[in-house]
Amino acid sequence: MSDILEQLEARRAEARLGGGAGRIAKQHEKGKLTARERIELLLDQGSFEEYDMFVAHRCTDFGMQETKMPGDGVVTGWGTVNGRQVYVFSQDFTVFGGSLSETHAQKICKIMDMAVQNGAPVIGLNDSGGARIQEGVASLAGYADVFLKNVLSSGVIPQISVIMGPCAGGAVYSPAMTDFIFMVRDSSYMFVTGPDVVKTVTNEIVTAEELGGAKTHTSKSSVADGAFENDVEALAEVRRLVDFLPASNRAEPPVRPFFDDANRLEMSLDTLIPENPNQPYDMKELILKTADEGDFFEIQADYAGNIITGFIRLEGRPVGVVANQPMVLAGCLDIDSSRKAARFVRFCDAFSIPILTFVDVPGFLPGTGQEYGGVIKHGAKLLFAYAEATVPKVTVITRKAYGGAYDVMASKHIRADVNYAWPTAEIAVMGAKGATEILYRSELGDPEKIARRTKDYEDRFANPFVAAERGFIDEVIMPHSTRRRVCRAFASLRGKRQENPWKKHDNIPL
Amino acid sequence: MFNKILIANRGEIACRVIKTARKMGIGTVAVYSDADDGAMHMRMADEAVHIGPPPANQSYIVIDRIMDAIRQTGAEAVHPGYGFLSERAEFAEALDAAGVAFIGPPKGAIEAMGDKITSKKLAAEAGVSTVPGYMGLIADADEAVKIAAEIGYPVMIKASAGGGGKGMRIAWNEAETREGFQSSKNEASASFGDDRIFIEKFVTQPRHIEIQVLGDKHGNVVYLGERECSIQRRNQKVIEEAPSPFLDEATRRAMGEQSVALAKAVDYCSAGTVEFIVDGDRNFYFLEMNTRLQVEHPVTELITGLDLVEQMIRVAAGEKLTFTQDDVKLNGWAMESRLYAEDPYRNFLPSIGRLTRYRPPAEERTETSVVRNDTGVEEGGEISRFYDPMIAKLCSWGPDRAGAIEVMRGALDAFEVEGIGHNLPFVQAVMDHSKFIAGDISTAFIAEEYPEGFAGAELDAATLKRIAAGAAAMRLVTVRRESRISGTLSGHERPVPGDWVVTVAGEEFPVTTTRLITGHVRTEEGEELTLTSKGRDPLKPQILIRGEGAVQVDIADGETMIVEGDWTPGDTVTRAMIDDVPMTVKVAPLTEGFRIRYRGADLDVKVRTPRAQELARLMPVKLPPDTSKMLLCPMPGLVVSINVEVGDEVQEGQALCTVEAMKMENVLRAERRAVVKSIACEPGASLAVDAVIMEFE
Repeated sequence: MSDILEQLEARRAEARLGGGAGRIAKQHEKGKLTARERIELLLDQGSFEEYDMFVAHRCTDFGMQETKMPGDGVVTGWGTVNGRQVYVFSQDFTVFGGSLSETHAQKICKIMDMAVQNGAPVIGLNDSGGARIQEGVASLAGYADVFLKNVLSSGVIPQISVIMGPCAGGAVYSPAMTDFIFMVRDSSYMFVTGPDVVKTVTNEIVTAEELGGAKTHTSKSSVADGAFENDVEALAEVRRLVDFLPASNRAEPPVRPFFDDANRLEMSLDTLIPENPNQPYDMKELILKTADEGDFFEIQADYAGNIITGFIRLEGRPVGVVANQPMVLAGCLDIDSSRKAARFVRFCDAFSIPILTFVDVPGFLPGTGQEYGGVIKHGAKLLFAYAEATVPKVTVITRKAYGGAYDVMASKHIRADVNYAWPTAEIAVMGAKGATEILYRSELGDPEKIARRTKDYEDRFANPFVAAERGFIDEVIMPHSTRRRVCRAFASLRGKRQENPWKKHDNIPL
Repeated sequence: MFNKILIANRGEIACRVIKTARKMGIGTVAVYSDADDGAMHMRMADEAVHIGPPPANQSYIVIDRIMDAIRQTGAEAVHPGYGFLSERAEFAEALDAAGVAFIGPPKGAIEAMGDKITSKKLAAEAGVSTVPGYMGLIADADEAVKIAAEIGYPVMIKASAGGGGKGMRIAWNEAETREGFQSSKNEASASFGDDRIFIEKFVTQPRHIEIQVLGDKHGNVVYLGERECSIQRRNQKVIEEAPSPFLDEATRRAMGEQSVALAKAVDYCSAGTVEFIVDGDRNFYFLEMNTRLQVEHPVTELITGLDLVEQMIRVAAGEKLTFTQDDVKLNGWAMESRLYAEDPYRNFLPSIGRLTRYRPPAEERTETSVVRNDTGVEEGGEISRFYDPMIAKLCSWGPDRAGAIEVMRGALDAFEVEGIGHNLPFVQAVMDHSKFIAGDISTAFIAEEYPEGFAGAELDAATLKRIAAGAAAMRLVTVRRESRISGTLSGHERPVPGDWVVTVAGEEFPVTTTRLITGHVRTEEGEELTLTSKGRDPLKPQILIRGEGAVQVDIADGETMIVEGDWTPGDTVTRAMIDDVPMTVKVAPLTEGFRIRYRGADLDVKVRTPRAQELARLMPVKLPPDTSKMLLCPMPGLVVSINVEVGDEVQEGQALCTVEAMKMENVLRAERRAVVKSIACEPGASLAVDAVIMEFE
């Protein structure tokens, strides 16, 4: 009997060693942790339950039958993050370069099925050389199996991908369909075709880092939602994100004890809006001063800086924030910012996270670049996302809310629940100068007249009261009481139930 | 007494004058430029009058605007504060003509002392010892070089109308004289509208010690002791104290009596300051007389118990001084730290912007300590490029010098300023500097002790260990809160770890944390109980409780520290008793730890489980990107000139370009020999911080 128990221990020890001490040392040399080390950091100490430790591939081609390693290049199972259940798979680069085989894929699919059934997020730690070439189409089938699970799980459980090594070719499409992708700077990259192929086909010479490193994907392509300095920091921050997310679409977002006063007044917000309407200010200050404890988890911080997206808590409850950022492109909406915010709004709506919108938007960015790029359809994504969202929606207009962009930014008209405006708000079709130039075209030659017309227009429309008179704004609030008012608004909406008409699915303008 | 006075100034000094006026029951009128609409001084005053656009030469120093404001409001007297019109004889004259009292000296005294060349002659005549120098005005750079050579290097090039470090340059050779002459002239012209320049001998190893005098209109003049203002940067005072740790009673009296003699020689009344340079043998030389209230007057107030503004107002109203020289007693020690919007990590370059957070320490007065903060800004206010970069004057008082320093340290630790770069960490470092503590200072202190600039203070090993213990305790609070999230798998909650490794300043401290509370429990019947939970040593009356209590931190080296504090996540400043040492630290959360700021040190403290620490050690050390071959703009500002061209070989210290920010012209110099590869901007360009100006090969 003791022999058998010892045998189990021996097999486990072998499996835990993955590709062996040599490959582990190599992994460390590259500044990367092993699959199991990463899981240790991601999950609460001692909470990991591993499955399929002894799964091995069934390939017999190219001498593969000679090299079988338990686990087959991926570690899977579940554990807890601050006591809340998550499923995890972590690709093991020390075993066959983390390459995906039929069985490797089956392991991932197995925990994904469990996650959907039991209502818990899936976190994938990607570090894989790609398909197991020796397996041919079986490997490709494995990818597709995972893709399908990703799609079916989307909107059911949160899916988070952390790219911690190579992720190339077909492999990129699994993370691409998850809710969030994070990368590790200098040690991870993602691309569909690598630098060699790029050179052969297009003659472009580009490094892997330039083509698909963390900087590229967080600032240029928007494929990744954030990047971190190293494995340790990345996993700590993923834990922080998990604390904002519900376990599934059947669960409420988690509530955490908080050490902040819901009635906290921030007098300094009364001077946030500069005297000069064209002078920018930092919208992040408003977000930080509104959030519990000034805690903000930003999503896509380095992309489309004219809109800010991320998570805060109000009275311990997660809230998704979308805010125009006047510091970048005057906070206008354009293709990139619309896409960024639309995807964030839809994530929040899918997982019952209320949405807080801070508005200071001068309109859509004009130009051929935008029109040729399809700003109509991309802008429509944000409009669509806000309009279909049934979670509690609270909106605060701080300054400009001009034109169609006003409608888009969670206006009353597209079912925002509580719409506030600061006294500095200007809700109008456009800025006073532009408006008078159209309305009084014949008087354009007379600067004095135009100035008077502009003044008249400003007096009439450059304020929140015209909108408030019509009930489009529920209340004009003092900037310093924003946190208190917004907390109370969301408190009043805790019982909100809203259903959209039955449909197979909508047809968002993709 | 006046019914209403107008304060022809802004910022902290306007607020300070308004406070005293209010105490005396006098109505107040503030004036404000566009940039100060809504500023603190404007709101504190009973009335406020708008006087023009932001630049001071279109508002605060336009005499007609002030006169209009006086007429409009019927103010009977004007307090000019310091700077602006405070030492402009024409202003005193205009007030006189309008029958409005000037809360300051007679115009004759301003004229006599306002011009540094005349004042030196007068001082010499009154028997005050003076520094050798050239008394005339200098026409051009060639003449400046000739005169400098005659006096002997080093020389000081000064704007005749200058003050506060503006329009002042020290030159050690001909090239610097030429350059200094021109930049002093430019600055003087921009700041004072008067570009007259003179040159004098620069006394090495000097201490700046000044005598406060106070006179009435009845011929009485007293001196109120001295202030030492030797801690200066580029002739701008940073830390002042009263009394001076250097003067003996005899020197103090001699300086005081000479100052009084000079004041009487010019029929001085109101508050004034006679500045001296004192060398290592306590020889003192007259520098100049400031015919106004000094910025650093609060330290004198703290050791004399007088309100100098009140005295000035009473004198202006014709009242006699109610005390004589014999009544003046110096009590205890006072310090002043000037908080500037200047980034010490970027060679003190001006920083402008919004004060996203501004929480000064509480002003308080006890038997053994006073904390006083003179300020004109508040959270949400703007540090504008138009005016002086001083944010606040934090003053402390203690029974002796060590006491005053200790009070200052605590007050600085609690002072929160965010949104702009500021010199608070630097001042903190000075307060802990051994030479400063010993009183062994000179005006060269900063240049000599921080020759490479300031990169943060280094804390001693015992302090780092206490910070490590504090960080471990805070991490425990953080983790306990994290584990109390909803939606956990009941029965499988996260066990809160007790073992941690704290990394601070490159050192690792393995620790074990235990929540505890010490003390006793008394029952309703008065019976004292010592409670122990099951399995713990009943001989140790330490009770584990739920909630945020004290934390015991056992450090691997055998030491045990108790951390008592009430920090909870979100607190940005926390007071704690760590190992029986009271500490006030600034805290911000970071991934896996905290940013902790204390006593001028800015620390990135990690608190990890032992296993996480083991894995973190495997992570590569990443170096910041190499910017050594670029010249980056150190502050937001305007490019005034670019002095080199692409392909030029530049020498170490050579001026590359001039950037103007907050009225100061900052010459950016080559750090080493290099060849200019490319220039990224042109004169007139407005640059953000860290914008690339040029690259080298």
